[in-house]
Amino acid sequence: MAEAPSLALRCTELHRYLGEGDGRVHVLKGVSFEARRGQVYAIVGPSGCGKSTLLYLLGLLDQPDGGSIEINGHTMSNSDDLARTAARGAHIGFVFQFHFLMLEFTALENVMMPMRKLAKLAPADMEARAHQLLESVGLGEKTHRLGTQLSGGEQQRVAVARALANEPSIILADEPTGNLDVKNSGMVFDLLTRLAKDHGQAVILVTHNPEIAQRCDVIRPMRDGLFV
Amino acid sequence: MSPNFHIAYRFLTAKKRAMLMSLSCTVLGVGLFILTQATTSGFEEFFIKTILGTDGAIRIEDKFQDTLRVMSASAGTDFEVSQRDGVKYIEGVEEPKALIKELKNFSNVIAAAPVLRGSVQIRSSFKNETAQIFGIEIDEQLRVSDLGKQVIGGSGALARFRENEAGAIVGRVLADRLQLEVGNSIQVVIGSELTRLRVTTIFETGVQDIDKVRLYVHMSQARSILKKPTGVSFVQVSVFDRDRAPQTAAHIQWVLHHHAVAWQVREKTWLETFYALKLSSAITVSIFTLIAGLAMFNTLAMIVLEKTKDIAILRSMGYERSDITRIFLWQAVIVLLVGAVVGCLVGAGTTYAVSHLPLHLTGIFKTDTFQVYWSPWHYLAAVTTAAIMVMIASLFPARRAARFEPGDIVRGTAQ
Ligand SMILES: Nc1ncnc2c1ncn2[C@@H]1O[C@H](COP(=O)(O)OP(=O)(O)OP(=O)(O)O)[C@@H](O)[C@H]1O
Ligand SMILES: [Mg+2]
Repeated sequence: MAEAPSLALRCTELHRYLGEGDGRVHVLKGVSFEARRGQVYAIVGPSGCGKSTLLYLLGLLDQPDGGSIEINGHTMSNSDDLARTAARGAHIGFVFQFHFLMLEFTALENVMMPMRKLAKLAPADMEARAHQLLESVGLGEKTHRLGTQLSGGEQQRVAVARALANEPSIILADEPTGNLDVKNSGMVFDLLTRLAKDHGQAVILVTHNPEIAQRCDVIRPMRDGLFV
Repeated sequence: MSPNFHIAYRFLTAKKRAMLMSLSCTVLGVGLFILTQATTSGFEEFFIKTILGTDGAIRIEDKFQDTLRVMSASAGTDFEVSQRDGVKYIEGVEEPKALIKELKNFSNVIAAAPVLRGSVQIRSSFKNETAQIFGIEIDEQLRVSDLGKQVIGGSGALARFRENEAGAIVGRVLADRLQLEVGNSIQVVIGSELTRLRVTTIFETGVQDIDKVRLYVHMSQARSILKKPTGVSFVQVSVFDRDRAPQTAAHIQWVLHHHAVAWQVREKTWLETFYALKLSSAITVSIFTLIAGLAMFNTLAMIVLEKTKDIAILRSMGYERSDITRIFLWQAVIVLLVGAVVGCLVGAGTTYAVSHLPLHLTGIFKTDTFQVYWSPWHYLAAVTTAAIMVMIASLFPARRAARFEPGDIVRGTAQ
């Protein structure tokens, strides 16, 4: 690539063991991966191959047993909790595979939560932005519903909106369309691609949906803890 | 509203029952603390008022000749030894008039009155009792004591005493034992001497030890009965600031060379009893605040367990460990603040209610209702104790919540 867009994320030779004693499993066996701004990546593979485990590492929610992770040019795998937390807040938007929302809070409050921590916007602007984000995932009507009053798919879409709240340069989404019908999964996917193109964000998503995967810029199939 | 506080509030109100549990423990702890302190201090205060109104704030007794010898251990060192047994006491106050005149110069002194005291036998038509007669100058005595309020029958009863040269004001219990009534005559026996007096008045302090042995007579009578033409046993002093009585006494002792005892020293035994009572009730009641702490611990530990996923979400969004700690400490603070305010109101309310409960006591003092003492310090102490207990107890779950690794939570392996 001649005008290769800048690198948002790079990991090299990531190893991760999980479990204790006899149950200890070598889950990631030296995974290397790069994500550039403006690109959408799909990580696909059978259940249990280590996709979520990798995403947690890339999202700085977990620490690797070997290898390194660079976020926007800074090596984060060795940095302390505070630095990793700050990087999560400013650069990474994460959509979990399960349990998406804080259920005692409204959709709007959930989306505002990362903004309030970052505190870059005035409260009124935060609210306006949260409204707009919820609108873009088709939930403009349900901004004041509590998490408990939303369906699984609706919760998932709020979680996507929340991951976008701080305009992170990297969006990590663990099956963001898993619970969605065709129409909504199309909408969420379109939103993510549009962001990648318009704002130069790197989007990495795990998906079991071949159709979605096909529409990504890059597909990385994974098997048994390694990219194949 | 800070996001941490907002989150704390929602977490807490999502667990209403557990929250109400720790809230009511806090209210109970604070309220009971205040109530017990108000009543124990109330009785202490009442006792102090009684004894100050009876025996005054300072009693000036024996004159001493200050012959303190100061020995230098050896030249070159500043080691000095004072010998206490260098002091020579002369019993009583030889020149009360001069002493009282001097006492006027002490800024804390309101008034001073001479008292001549002696042990006698009292004989009524009914039986004999040992008693103490107190020779007083009635007008001066009224300025250093509450005798005017302690006499039964008020000013009329005092007037009868004033008019009768051989009058006696007899303690209530002593009068009962001798089956005396106003107007009866008694005989004061000392050795083989016999003096006839008339009971003009009866007084009651409520302090058993006083009411069963004491009778007041005119100074001139006492002098003739006790055969003391000059001098008195002690001078009773009333002061403006009772808390400074020990300093004033020390000052008097230093300047006037008479042994001066403040009420705090004189009534040490009783005061220490009250202190121990106050302390032990504070400790007992602190158990309730301890329970409030445990309840808070329990509530928070439960919320931490239920909200681990939310903690992971928050951490994934950039919330720091310290934010998580604060979220849980805020919950404790909310419960504590509400508990403190309600607890203070409950404490004040029950104190007020209890102060109207009838309670008939005599012995170390006489009262018809529960005695309470209103002091902001009780409220401060109650809230402080609860705050310490609750905050310490909350620190553990709060820190535990902050220690979680978000990765462990999302995988479900956090413990
Ligand atoms: N705590 C653990 N102890 C031991 N092994 C674990 C533990 N957690 C996960 N694993 C194993 O790690 C492997 C990878 O898990 P991971 O969740 O990354 O899979 P995945 O690719 O996301 O699967 P899915 O598509 O079902 O979500 C699995 O084989 C799983 O059994
Ligand atoms: Mg997974």
